[in-house]
Amino acid sequence: MLARLIKSEPVYLFFRSPAAMLAAIVAILVLGGAAFAPFLASTDPYDLSSFSLMDGLLPPLWEGGDPRFLLGTDDQGRDMVSAILFGARLSLTIGLMAMAVASVLGVGLGLAAGYFGGRFDAIVMRIADIQLALPAILTALLIDGISRGVLPPAIHQDLRVAVLTLAIALSLWVNFARTARASVFVERNKDYVQAAMIMGQHPLRVMLRHILPNIMGPLLVIMTVDLASAILLEATLSFLGIGLPADSPSLGTLIRIGMQFLLSGEWWILWVPTLFLVALVVSINVLGDFLRDVFNPRLR
Amino acid sequence: MLKIENLTVKFPGRFGDFTAIDAVSLSVAAGEIHGLVGESGAGKSTIGAAIIGLLQPPGFVADGKMTLGETDLRSLSPEEAHHLRGKRISMIFQDPQTSLNPLMTIADQLIETIQAHEDVSTAEARDRSVALLEEIGIENAAARIKAYPHQFSGGMRQRVVIALALCTNPELIIADEPTTALDVAVQSQVLDLIRRLAKTRDIGFLLITHDIGVIGQITDNVTVLRGGRLMETGPTQKVLRTPEHAYTKSLMAAVPPLDRKLERFLVPDSDIKVSDAPGLAAPASRSAADAEQWLTAGTRSVGEGLGMSGVTVRFSGNRTSLFSRPDAFIALDDVSMSVRPGSVMGLVGESGSGKSTIAKVLTGLVQPSAGHLSLGDADLPPARTRGRKDPSRRLIQMVFQDPYSSLNGRHRIGDILAEPLWHYGLEADAGKRRDLAAAILDLVGLSADAIDRFPHQFSGGQRQRIAVARSLLARPSVLICDEPTSALDVSIQAQVLNLLKDLQARFGLTILFISHNLAVVRQMSDDVTVLKSGKIVETGTSEDFFTNPQADYSRELLSLTPGMPV
Amino acid sequence: MAFFILKRLIQSVFVMIAVAFLAFSLFRFVGDPVSQMTGVETSAEDSARLREELGLNDAFIVQFGRFTNNMLHGDFGYSYRTRQPVADMIAARIPATLELGTVALLISLLVGIPTGVYTALRPRGFVTQAILLTTLVGVSIPTFVIGIMLIFLFGVQLGWLPTFGRGGTVQIGGWTSSLFTFDGWRALILPAVTLGVYQLTLTMRLVRAEMMEVLRSDYIRFATARGIPYRSLYFRHALANTMVPVITIIGLQFGGVIAFSIVTESVFQWPGMGLLFLESIRFVDIPVMGVYLVVIAFFFVLVNMIVDLLYVAIDPRLRVRGDG
Repeated sequence: MLARLIKSEPVYLFFRSPAAMLAAIVAILVLGGAAFAPFLASTDPYDLSSFSLMDGLLPPLWEGGDPRFLLGTDDQGRDMVSAILFGARLSLTIGLMAMAVASVLGVGLGLAAGYFGGRFDAIVMRIADIQLALPAILTALLIDGISRGVLPPAIHQDLRVAVLTLAIALSLWVNFARTARASVFVERNKDYVQAAMIMGQHPLRVMLRHILPNIMGPLLVIMTVDLASAILLEATLSFLGIGLPADSPSLGTLIRIGMQFLLSGEWWILWVPTLFLVALVVSINVLGDFLRDVFNPRLR
Repeated sequence: MLKIENLTVKFPGRFGDFTAIDAVSLSVAAGEIHGLVGESGAGKSTIGAAIIGLLQPPGFVADGKMTLGETDLRSLSPEEAHHLRGKRISMIFQDPQTSLNPLMTIADQLIETIQAHEDVSTAEARDRSVALLEEIGIENAAARIKAYPHQFSGGMRQRVVIALALCTNPELIIADEPTTALDVAVQSQVLDLIRRLAKTRDIGFLLITHDIGVIGQITDNVTVLRGGRLMETGPTQKVLRTPEHAYTKSLMAAVPPLDRKLERFLVPDSDIKVSDAPGLAAPASRSAADAEQWLTAGTRSVGEGLGMSGVTVRFSGNRTSLFSRPDAFIALDDVSMSVRPGSVMGLVGESGSGKSTIAKVLTGLVQPSAGHLSLGDADLPPARTRGRKDPSRRLIQMVFQDPYSSLNGRHRIGDILAEPLWHYGLEADAGKRRDLAAAILDLVGLSADAIDRFPHQFSGGQRQRIAVARSLLARPSVLICDEPTSALDVSIQAQVLNLLKDLQARFGLTILFISHNLAVVRQMSDDVTVLKSGKIVETGTSEDFFTNPQADYSRELLSLTPGMPV
Repeated sequence: MAFFILKRLIQSVFVMIAVAFLAFSLFRFVGDPVSQMTGVETSAEDSARLREELGLNDAFIVQFGRFTNNMLHGDFGYSYRTRQPVADMIAARIPATLELGTVALLISLLVGIPTGVYTALRPRGFVTQAILLTTLVGVSIPTFVIGIMLIFLFGVQLGWLPTFGRGGTVQIGGWTSSLFTFDGWRALILPAVTLGVYQLTLTMRLVRAEMMEVLRSDYIRFATARGIPYRSLYFRHALANTMVPVITIIGLQFGGVIAFSIVTESVFQWPGMGLLFLESIRFVDIPVMGVYLVVIAFFFVLVNMIVDLLYVAIDPRLRVRGDG
């Protein structure tokens, strides 16, 4: 099993692509850093008592900073390394959850729409049309706006992560639904699906056991690309001041805070989280591109 | 005129260079139709691409000489080679549906091609195009030339393709499977046209095909390829009638004849020896005997009959106008047919005649708008009322055309074979299901270790055996085979046909054998039904149909089917 | 063909009705409109009278009908925050956003299509690899970061271009344009580039993928085998066929342009609809949010109708019926 995996085409191509390998290393490092942030970070950036204003605005080590703070501190005296690790943790959590919700919802609807066709398909696709007329950022902003109107402020604060996740997920499901549906249309006329239908297998079994494994390639690509979109979307919403607040900063919030220092000399407060975010998203997108090439060799 | 010596083509790959063409030599004279024949993977198309200089990268010509007249084709610069294309060598592709630019009119494509090679005015180029289309058999060419490709039917489109290849007066035309996508009637017209052009315009044709019937019908000389190597070359009549090479001999033996029925086919071995094909393994093998015992244990000795009466299928067309109703397409029009228990009924017809729709009605994929179905003495419920647990779901099994798509590529062979056992509740124990799957693989002539592999690790013929094995594990009484060998090479086709014959004899299955290939139908069936545009034209015993067809349409079909030279 | 257009028109109307319904539901169910419009000192009687006047006691469907009817007559209600007619507020902001979006889209097409074609024709070249890497980084940088970087470089470090506002504008009828002054163009450059970069990378990658697909098609191979000059092969045969799917997606992307204009307008304090929308979200100004949605959906539907017409113009299969 393992031997075959190592000899398989994707793995072979992976080890021939320096870009994909580099991206995978960066992604794994960031993922590991985010997962183990509580153990790696010297301070807890959410705990105001763990840092002091006395350490505020210290530059990175190589610019003559304090040895305790490798990448310097912000105006509150927060260690930048700790801030970006915890920020990435929050960004990735929201991104992954949103991607998971969007893929389950989108793939489910897309599978069913493609399989059953007819009226159900028409309804799902019209909803997708409406969703397309209201692009991702707009949908996310709108859901956030509605939740502000509907929920009392205190609860809204508590549910921020959930609302943000849902908002991002709802703006991304269409991608999954359209891709899944298009693939199902191709697959369902193939003989192996027809054979299962002739046998009288349950539609759920046909969809999940027969069709789904055969359309995983394109879905995997969308998952990767949409994880990148979800992280960007979260950062954008936080940047617009609508996502997460300053006391639990995600990468986007950190960048928004850093914007205040654009004109003063403390460049690291802005550029450290910015570069970290860009490196993370670039590496995910490189991997997505690699997967796309693997699953669609004609473009190679 | 065209001379190829020791042509070698290689494709660099992950595991070193792959030699696609290995030292092949051939020549085509002016006015000659030279056939290039071989099974898939023989390298036929690669030779064509190498001649015209359009090898798919990263393939390259590694060795050999290619000359057209005095021109050395290998020493041309890329610009010279491109200028030579169209001017002196042209090409015809297989599928007329995709060979023409859909966004340009026929006139624009013809005029552009002429002006690419000759300094003539647009008006003159247009006049020449119209004259050429008329010569090629397109009526009212002056008006039709303004049309777009989608406004022509398949056969007409292939004529337009030929006109495009011809409009610059090339010396050599490479025709890559020019009639494979066409029905026999259209095929024979296109072949006639090619023959006429070779004669009147003195053009050399290199005709690439897998169809030995086509080779026999129009080529002067033939070259037989296998695995990139030249097997035999010479005058067509001589090569086909008295082949010298062992492979050519075995290939000829595997071609089903139209004029007689063979009991068994001889099949070329992997080491090019002629041998009796393994259809079913001899019951001497223990597990095969087990499988056979299991298969016959629960079934009757003779399969049940199959009947349909007054079946009509109507598909609603796409709506194209607000005011008129969408045109309904009638796929089957009042079709009545019965298959005798334990017999093989051949169902023939051209594409679009409704053959496959009959299979879909019987298997419950398509709902007929009228008519009645029966299985044995019982009613066979149509699609909408056929429950998921209906007994007919097990009794009627289907073998599909394309073995590459009929097996789920993500499932192991063992799981694919165990599925009917589990689904129909034939075998509750997972271990026994696995044993049976292994045993049936043995029965259809595959080794039992195939069970842990995936479909892509098998060849087309092996996959078709697995597909047949899967349908057998349902303990069926009726087998519906929809073009089961059309996607296979002749030698593989012979093996699968032998297998089906053996199964039918051993288990008394009732078989509905659907095919467009009359020669194959002759080998397989007891009775024949001919279908045209959703209506039954003729039905009767196979002997009567092939020796004394009643309907005009049947006679036409038989006369147009290219046969082996007698 | 007429049927094709009509079908699309019906679908568009359907989308508009659905979005209008969304906007209405927002207005009706998110918070209580009456308590939003009245203060603490308003008596219960006055509130009840206002409720009756607004028709909030009528049946739901009647209210929706009235809402839609009012919209069709240009009555979009009043803002909770500024108490002004929403129609005026939006109308004043439309020119800024449309000018920004159009220039950004033009940048993305004028740069994206040629580079897409180039990278498809030379898939293995060094320049292609460099462009592909750049665009990959391009799609990975959030729009607002691009904006910040541009501001930092051209505004702060070099001081060449203004970093906020529209600069000099000219009033043409009811349209406030910044396209007719040098100053206006200077102010437009950074926001338009910011907004255009993301779309540009998408357009380029799409054109490249479609073009490579077309170049492998049988009719291109056949045309190559006929010795059609490469220039015509690439630009007459291949590019035209590439554009058929590409224009569809570009139509869909227009929605993205408008959406990302929210971010761009926020970074550059560009006084367009997006900035207004952001403000209205902060203040839960439901009527403005709802109308913004409807306006955006309208532009989206309009652009896609134009795309459908272009589609018909390019593809003869939609214009003339075949007989085979």
